[in-house]
Amino acid sequence: MPGLRGGAVIAGFVERTPERHFTGTPRFGLEQWSDLAADALADAGIAPQEVDGLCCGGDTGESPMFIPSTIAEYCGWSLNFAERLDLGGASSVGMVWRAAAAIELGACEVVVCAATQQPRPSPPRPLAVGPRVTFGASSNAWGSPQAEFDIPYGNLGQNCGYAMYAQRYHDEFGWDQRSRAKIVADQRVSACANPDAVWFGHPVTVDDVLASPMIADPLHMLEIVMPCSGGAALVVTSAERAARLPHRPVAVVGFGEHLTHKTPTYAPSLTQTPVGPAAHRAFAMAGVVPGDVDMVELYDCYSITVMLSLEDSGFCGKGEGMEFVRHHDLSYRGDFPCNTHGGQLGFGQPGLAGGMSHVVEAVRQVQGRAGDRQLARHDLAYVSGTGGIMSEQAALVLRGL
Amino acid sequence: MSGGRPPGYPQRDDPVAAKPLPVPTPTSQPYWDGLARHELCLQHCDACDAWVYYPRHRCPACLSDRLSWNTVDAAGTVYTFTVARRPTAPPFADEVPQIIAVVALGVGAHVTTTLVDVAPEDVRIGMPVTGVFDAQGDGVTLLRFRPA
Repeated sequence: MPGLRGGAVIAGFVERTPERHFTGTPRFGLEQWSDLAADALADAGIAPQEVDGLCCGGDTGESPMFIPSTIAEYCGWSLNFAERLDLGGASSVGMVWRAAAAIELGACEVVVCAATQQPRPSPPRPLAVGPRVTFGASSNAWGSPQAEFDIPYGNLGQNCGYAMYAQRYHDEFGWDQRSRAKIVADQRVSACANPDAVWFGHPVTVDDVLASPMIADPLHMLEIVMPCSGGAALVVTSAERAARLPHRPVAVVGFGEHLTHKTPTYAPSLTQTPVGPAAHRAFAMAGVVPGDVDMVELYDCYSITVMLSLEDSGFCGKGEGMEFVRHHDLSYRGDFPCNTHGGQLGFGQPGLAGGMSHVVEAVRQVQGRAGDRQLARHDLAYVSGTGGIMSEQAALVLRGL
Repeated sequence: MSGGRPPGYPQRDDPVAAKPLPVPTPTSQPYWDGLARHELCLQHCDACDAWVYYPRHRCPACLSDRLSWNTVDAAGTVYTFTVARRPTAPPFADEVPQIIAVVALGVGAHVTTTLVDVAPEDVRIGMPVTGVFDAQGDGVTLLRFRPA
């Protein structure tokens, strides 16, 4: 029976003395997290720089969302594994087995699990803009780094962050904006072969994309996803069980995950993105190389996300994405099928189900159920996912059995 | 706009200009105190020699808590930027087109800011810039940048 083999151990710990009436100095949840991590790592004799995974709860206080990437940024960690648990009193047990399983799988090597339960400081006065005003995924709660150092300058939401990635990318590698627009146009060809896509029946050209209103230089309106309603679900089961089911089994043969920051200002790089290490691990685990896959389903909240993901996933070299796009047809009928359902740019972005749409499309193609846009070769797929602003990224290699 | 301030700065008499301003924490207070004196104060790690921004309780390079405050030159270069043609949130409507930027300070730290006293079409990555200490309400001073 599959299971843990004892290949992972607990190497050290720290425990604060319980107090009915707290006598210490109140600190923010992020500060408590860094204190606990430093003390536990010292107890284990492991350098903080060795940490590449974390398990946390929802208790940091300053950030209601994106807690793992906020902790990673705060502690200066580049992580290959992150988990936020929501299991109440079972959370700490859950953290330990997840950490052990992840380590045995080779996802990571040093995981810090922590839970903070000490008082945080009270605001010195009522906040001008209260913590309930969230500015999208940006946290404006007191003590949040974004509230203090980013939101006051208007650096909030997603558009300006991705735009600053694009600005830096083109400054380093060249200003071919038509290739960025071609990603949108090629994906729209696939959307026009997908009756479920929001843009079904609405082809666009490169010129159409570049003529759409500028939102945040250099990104135009048609390079940005359209929010919509929707939903999706996947069933994952054992290969033995799947062999008796009606559809072709789609095995998860490789995965990777990497996160480094919440706000791009503090990212280690704006041109080497976290999907790179995630993809490298996924391909190595699967024993294949990027050139082996029959299709790629790349998370595409913006055109620049696709460009960076093509390069960092290894389909072309760094800085070669624009030339790659110019010389390949990315539509379902082309020589490099990419986002064969139209991507979110063509299909729409129904919240979190937008990211699931890439996985669903890969499964649909591998199983031969993609209708008019069915690929002739459909055995091996690469899928990427992106959260935040290139903050947390993950990769899958899927193989039909 | 009828604010009477140069483009790029908040137009204070605009009714929508209720800006989300920073509220200093015990950890960051020296940084904001420095800006109010027109000084840029950053933390330096005495354990590993790293410069730390934004202010933290521990060093993000080594997790040491041996951090000391130092005044550095409020100057650097534009690392990246965008021009928000639509406000990123309603409170910033009066600053559109707003030049949101990341500036690389001389000590290497990257900071979020807005660029002022420059037209959007004249901004270039790598452009040398110098700090502008822009006093807001509530005694908070923001650090903007203009071409050096």
